[in-house]
Amino acid sequence: MDRSMLDALKDRAFEIRCSTIREIAAFGSGHIGGSMSIVEILAYLYYKEMDTDPQDPKKESRDRLVVSKGHAGPAVYATLASKGFFPQEWLKTLNQGGTRLPSHCDMTKTPGVDFTGGSLGQGFSAAVGIALGQRIRKLGARTFTIIGDGESQEGQIWEAAEAAGAWKLDNLFAFLDLNGLQLDGYTKDIIPQIHIPERWASFGWDVQEIDGHDFEAIDAAIEKAKGVKGMPHMIILDTIKSYGYIPGEGIKGNHSMPITPEGAEEAIKALSEREGRA
Amino acid sequence: MKDAHAYSHYRDTVIGAIVDLAAEHPEIVFLDADLSSCIGSTAFQKAYPDRFFNCGIAEANMTGVAAGLASTGLVPFIHSFGCFASRRDYDQLFISVGYTHQTVHVIGSDPGITAQYNGGTHMPFEDIALMRQIPSMVIVEPSDAQSLYELTQQIYFNGKSSYIRTPRKGINFRYTTEDRIELGKGIELRDGQDVAIIATGVLMVDAALEAERLLSEKGIKATVVDLHTIRPLDTELIEKVASRCGRVLVCENGRYAGGVGEMIAAHLAAVSPVKMGFLNVGERFGEVGNLKYLALAFGFTPENVAAKAEGLLAR
Repeated sequence: MDRSMLDALKDRAFEIRCSTIREIAAFGSGHIGGSMSIVEILAYLYYKEMDTDPQDPKKESRDRLVVSKGHAGPAVYATLASKGFFPQEWLKTLNQGGTRLPSHCDMTKTPGVDFTGGSLGQGFSAAVGIALGQRIRKLGARTFTIIGDGESQEGQIWEAAEAAGAWKLDNLFAFLDLNGLQLDGYTKDIIPQIHIPERWASFGWDVQEIDGHDFEAIDAAIEKAKGVKGMPHMIILDTIKSYGYIPGEGIKGNHSMPITPEGAEEAIKALSEREGRA
Repeated sequence: MKDAHAYSHYRDTVIGAIVDLAAEHPEIVFLDADLSSCIGSTAFQKAYPDRFFNCGIAEANMTGVAAGLASTGLVPFIHSFGCFASRRDYDQLFISVGYTHQTVHVIGSDPGITAQYNGGTHMPFEDIALMRQIPSMVIVEPSDAQSLYELTQQIYFNGKSSYIRTPRKGINFRYTTEDRIELGKGIELRDGQDVAIIATGVLMVDAALEAERLLSEKGIKATVVDLHTIRPLDTELIEKVASRCGRVLVCENGRYAGGVGEMIAAHLAAVSPVKMGFLNVGERFGEVGNLKYLALAFGFTPENVAAKAEGLLAR
């Protein structure tokens, strides 16, 4: 990845973070933590990797993304809006009655959302089905999916993992947002997720673990995964929950937080300064 | 239309109907959850190995995978025993299939007490009630092989998600290729004036017909309806027979709460109340036994249907 692409992706990530914070502030509260932790992978997928067309969001041969941790909807919507799937104005309607941007990702409501998430674990099985369908139909396309570490407490994740491994779905690229927090607190204090890379490898997956906020690491991992045939791919993203919304970074209680419009601008200013953009 | 006499069990019939469809519809895929040799979906696997997937003993994932497949334009049929195909994967059916507006056809085999030797853990009494909660889900429970074959194909062309309630073993032939079998339209098998017996499924329609004969020996004329489609409810036919007889007995191999009897009672209460009786599993859980023992234990016999009908007439 050259320098100009890296800089462009960093700019996109900053833009998506600002939009996400303002989007949640427009409603007054929302799932900031798990939205902010996946911004780099969203920016990378939509601006570098995936074959999508905002003008034809249902194109059969498209690459698809299933955000199984569907509560990250605000970041997904900010990304889709920046790509032109729908007007930026929609971001002000998050969670309002009649909106097309509900709290959790919903394929029946939002252009560009490829499958519904929210009942945790379910999007992951659907992603396995989509990757399988792309293979059966010889669409030559890939499925990307993002799951959470808290979500990985759901048994369905592991049912889907073993099926994808058994079916050798090498057009399936999964990302685990390993941010260490879930709604009630630190994952390590609730049901710890241990031996994570080994677990996925034992289910027949090609596994890597990287810094999920580092575009160069993401780029290298995806390129490497693309060269591995006959296995689904798991890229574990070490992330910080709420990364970029500094008041919430890594703290308990950041799953959903109240944000005022003034607080949003202060947080964006602080992020801008930290990134040397001010 | 194919003659279902080509088959020797209900399981061969339902799978045969899908295999025949799949010849002309390459978008049809089949998923099973380690019960393919029980339902005979191995025949689909043999015919279309690239479109068959055994998901192992993981019904929730099977249902989610089916939803994902459907979103790529494929049309999945999935199978498990009715208990697992409804209770075990319910949130997946509700969210990943129903809420997302995907089309998936679910075969729930061995409904109610027809699970026999698999016993109480395997007896789906509440599957109808669960499926009813999913908006636009079609529910069929055919009462013979010909209607099973035809309705299985009709639910595919109908295009909405569906739940097919069928026994696996045994076979009977109530209808021929000459009979009109139409999704959503119950079949009036007898048209007596005194009491209407509305029944679903092989066991109950058989019992209702024999009960009609027993009642006729006592001079009681019964109407018998084979309500092969439970949802959408054939309200036109139900209103017609209720109006004719003024008394309606609903017989189902499942639970009252949320079941067929409650559906019909709610509808008639809203449009034109009549005296009603119900035959179902009541508040019991299932238990092990052969069908003869279980039918006696649960009162699913022609004699009990007739007694219920007589009781209704006496009210």
